[in-house]
Amino acid sequence: MSIMSYNGGAIVAMKGKNCVAIASDRRFGVQALTLTHDFQKVFEINDKIYIGLGGLATDVQTLSETFRYRVNMYNLKEEREIQPKTFAHLVSSTLYEKRFGPYYCEPVIAGLEKDGSPFICSTDLIGCTTFPNDFVVTGTAEQQLYGMCESLWEPNLEPEDLFEIISQALLNAVDRDAVSGWGAIVHVITEDKVITRTLRGRMD
Amino acid sequence: MADGRYSFSLTTFSPSGKLVQIEHALTAVNQGITSIGIKAANGIVIATEKKSSSPLVDDKTLEKVTMICKNIGLVYSGMGPDARVLVDKARKAAQEYKKIYMEEPPTLILVTEIATVMQEFTQSGGVRPFGVSVLVAGFDEKGPSLYQIDPSGSYFAWKATAIGKNMINAKTFLEKRYNEQMEIDDAIHTAIITLKEGFEGAMTDNSLEIGICYCEDEEFSLPGEAGFVEGGKKIRKVGKFRKLVNEEVKDYLANIA
Repeated sequence: MSIMSYNGGAIVAMKGKNCVAIASDRRFGVQALTLTHDFQKVFEINDKIYIGLGGLATDVQTLSETFRYRVNMYNLKEEREIQPKTFAHLVSSTLYEKRFGPYYCEPVIAGLEKDGSPFICSTDLIGCTTFPNDFVVTGTAEQQLYGMCESLWEPNLEPEDLFEIISQALLNAVDRDAVSGWGAIVHVITEDKVITRTLRGRMD
Repeated sequence: MADGRYSFSLTTFSPSGKLVQIEHALTAVNQGITSIGIKAANGIVIATEKKSSSPLVDDKTLEKVTMICKNIGLVYSGMGPDARVLVDKARKAAQEYKKIYMEEPPTLILVTEIATVMQEFTQSGGVRPFGVSVLVAGFDEKGPSLYQIDPSGSYFAWKATAIGKNMINAKTFLEKRYNEQMEIDDAIHTAIITLKEGFEGAMTDNSLEIGICYCEDEEFSLPGEAGFVEGGKKIRKVGKFRKLVNEEVKDYLANIA
């Protein structure tokens, strides 16, 4: 079995109209054994950028701390907030530093740019970036998420509609994956606030 | 040497609290050829005199105003070889930044990078301070900015300044001529007449080097970039640095006489 599916998990980010959403499941388990259902996989970078880290849980935590350190150093040195595109490249170069002994993590990034337009990005475990115009998914429920997103997502969703769609996409995708699920957390980033809601799914 | 006891190759404090090596370095700068920097409303102008020791030197190969990266350039006064080493380090620092963030470094970030190198050379063993002061001109998202970095590693932002042999006269002259509404064209004009004050011999397009920093529209169509529209092209504002070619310098000179 691949080390990428040792702990399981599912993360998705979607573009909306002047807003962007990112959601993940909350399970932490070791193969088929579920240990907790309050595990954090989505991290706040600043009030306009969130990053979701899917993959091996130990690397999720190590990387989240690495990004916290690097972004704090950036903020202090440059005396400005990092922009989503710049952060995506920082993530990419951080992962590529470990090209031949990588972190087993595939991040997705969701953020709002300076002009308010939505930004999403995903990278593979060694930092190859993609910038799609609709949604990005990662984790063991990746295939199920693709199916749900392809059928539910549409352009120019308002924050509340985007919340509904990303929640339904995630909850229904993780029900078809044995190592994802056990509740979910959704963040919708808008120009003036971030809406965060935790969801209960099938807790079995 | 007057202060012989504290003129070690390793920079050492004298009992009066001075670092004599750094003061010597500043003396070397003050013997160097004058350089001017002026901040205009829409950009930065840096200029210097290009002086060769003999008329037989091919002065097309001399370069004192240099590009560091797309949006930043610098000019130095003092020792040429030291400046070359510094320019190499600055260019490397700029590319290192770009390698991580995929964007050009902001002016202040590069200035601190250069200043850090210069400071290291005042506190490391087996080295001497750089015998140069540099004027760094850059254009970033905060607009145009002009910085001076000294051999000690200290740096300052200026609206207009001069370094090198004639700096005191040039600075008094700039104080009189400077105003904040001045645009790049006027700033080039002012830079030339300031240099002309302490100029020996005739000023030609070959004996003058000018660099400008300005803002330019750039077309782009990469997915994921700010303002991307599918299939369409977008315009974004980017900072640029370039040197004036001889023909341009000639035109400015013609307007002066």
